[in-house]
Amino acid sequence: MSGRAISFRNVTVAYGRHPAVHHVSGILEPGSLTAIAGPNGAGKSTFLRALMGELPLAEGSIDRAGLSIRDFAYLPQAADIDRRFPLTVADTVLLGAWRKTGAFGGADAACARDARTALAGVGLSGFEGRPIGSLSAGQFQRVLFARLLLQDAPVIVLDEPFTAIDGRTTRDLLDIVRRWHGDGRTVVAVLHDFEQVRTHFPRTLLLARHAVGWGPTDEVLSPGNLLRARAMAERWDEEAAPCGPGNRLRA
Amino acid sequence: MILHSLLIEPFAEYGFMRRALVASLALGLGSGPVGVLLMLRRMSLVGDAMSHAVLPGAAVGYLAAGGLSLPAMGLGGMAAGFGVALLSGLVSRTTELREDASFATFYLASLALGVLIVSLKGSNVDLLHVLFGTILAIDDDALYLVGAIASLTLVTLAVVYRPLVAECFDPGFLRAVGGRGPLYHFLFLFLVVVNLVAGFQALGTLMAVGMMMLPAAVAQLWARSLPAMFLVSAATGAASGFVGLIASFRLGFASGPTIILTAALIYGVSLLLGPAGALRRLFPRPHLSA
Repeated sequence: MSGRAISFRNVTVAYGRHPAVHHVSGILEPGSLTAIAGPNGAGKSTFLRALMGELPLAEGSIDRAGLSIRDFAYLPQAADIDRRFPLTVADTVLLGAWRKTGAFGGADAACARDARTALAGVGLSGFEGRPIGSLSAGQFQRVLFARLLLQDAPVIVLDEPFTAIDGRTTRDLLDIVRRWHGDGRTVVAVLHDFEQVRTHFPRTLLLARHAVGWGPTDEVLSPGNLLRARAMAERWDEEAAPCGPGNRLRA
Repeated sequence: MILHSLLIEPFAEYGFMRRALVASLALGLGSGPVGVLLMLRRMSLVGDAMSHAVLPGAAVGYLAAGGLSLPAMGLGGMAAGFGVALLSGLVSRTTELREDASFATFYLASLALGVLIVSLKGSNVDLLHVLFGTILAIDDDALYLVGAIASLTLVTLAVVYRPLVAECFDPGFLRAVGGRGPLYHFLFLFLVVVNLVAGFQALGTLMAVGMMMLPAAVAQLWARSLPAMFLVSAATGAASGFVGLIASFRLGFASGPTIILTAALIYGVSLLLGPAGALRRLFPRPHLSA
C-alpha cells in the first residue's frame, strides 16, 4: 500500500456560496480506519464526494498521495442506484472488475471466479443469477460490498453503508470492513451510529461543516464536542458575510 | 398455399414491398434495443421530444432535395436533433432547469419552426410526407442508409455495453472508476437521433419513435434480463414491420400507421398476457412453497 497519507488542507466546498464543508484540514494515514460522524447536514457526504473529486473545491486542496481516482473504491448512498434495472447479481458484482476489464474489455474466467468468491465472502453464494430487483435492502447492500471486494482498491470510501440495513447484515459487513483494515487498506466511512463508531473505528472525524475534531475516536467523541457539533450544524444565515480575505475580494 | 399467398406473395411480386420489408426489419433491429435503454433510463418522453426536435432539419433537407430524400432529410434531422440534445444538455448543466424541462422547451420551439418551414415552401402533401412518411417509396439509397444505421447501432451498443449499463444503473460508480459518463450519455443520444432518422422515410418524423417505444414496452412486459429485453424488443419491431406491411397491403391501409398499430396491438396483448401483465396480477397463481 502507498506509504504517504492522504491529506486535506483547508478544504472548503460550497453550494451556492454557502459552505457545506468549511476549512477542514487533516490527514488519512495509510491503513487507517476512520469514521466520519456528525449531525444531519454536517457535510459528511459532501466531504466524501470532494475526496472522490466529484465536487469542485471552493478553497484548499486534497493531496491523494499519488493515487489515481481508480484506486478509490467508493460506495455512495444507496439512493443513487436504480435497483429496478434488469441486471443479475453476478453482472453487478462483475462491474467491480473494472480496473481489470476497463470499459470495453471482456470479463474472463478469472474475473468470474473472483466474483463468485466475493459473493461467497458476503454470504450470497448461489445468488449469481438472481435479478437485483428481487433482493432485499440488506442483500443488495451485500452485493455492493461484494463489488467493493472485487474492486480490490487500496482506499475504500463508504457513505452511510449501514443505513436501513438489518443488524445481522450490518455485523457481517462490519466484519468485512475490519478485514480490509487488517489487509492494510485505508477505509473511511460516514456513519450515524456513535456506538458503532466507538466500537469499531479507531479514528474519527467529527464534522459539523467545520472539523470539530479529527483524531482518536475516544478523544473526538467527547460530550463537549458532540454538543458543539450539534450547535454548529444548525447555524444557517442567508445573509452571511463573505468568509476570509480571499473571498472578500470576489464579493 | 394459402399461407404462401398471404405471407410471401406480396413480397415476391412487388419490389417496393420487398424494400419496405427490409427497411422495417432493419428498423426494428436497430430501434428496439435503443428503445429499451431509453425506457430504462426513464427517458421515454425524451425520445418523443427528439422525434419532434428533428423536424426543422428534416424539413430543410426535404425542401433542399426537392422531395422525400432520406440522406438529405437525415442529415438535416441529425443536425437539428444534436442541436437540441446539446443545447438542452447545456441548459440542464448550467441552470436550475432539469434535462426533461429543457428538452420540452427546445422541442416545442423546434417543432413549430419545422412546421413553419414546410408550410412556407411546401404544400400540404409535403407536410404529410414529412410527418408520416412513405415506406412504400423507399429507394436503394434510403435502404442502404437504414441498414447502415441499424448495423452501426448494434455494433456501438455491443462495444459500449458495459459503460452504458453502468451509467444507467449506477452513475456514481462509473464516475468513481473514472468512466466518462456524459460521453456515453451523448453517444446514446446520438444513437437515438440516428435511429429516428432511419425511421423518417418509413414512418415519418412523428411516428418514427413508435418503432422504439412500443417494442421496448413489450420487452419490459415479457423479459427480465437486459439481453432478453433487447431480443424481444428487436423481434417485436421486426414482426410489427412484417405483419403491418401485409395488413396494409391486403386491407389497403396506409402502411406507416398500420405498422405502428400492429406494434400497439402486440403491446395490448402483452399487457394482458405477459408475465408482468394484467392477467397475472388479476388472477395470481398460488404462491410457491419456497
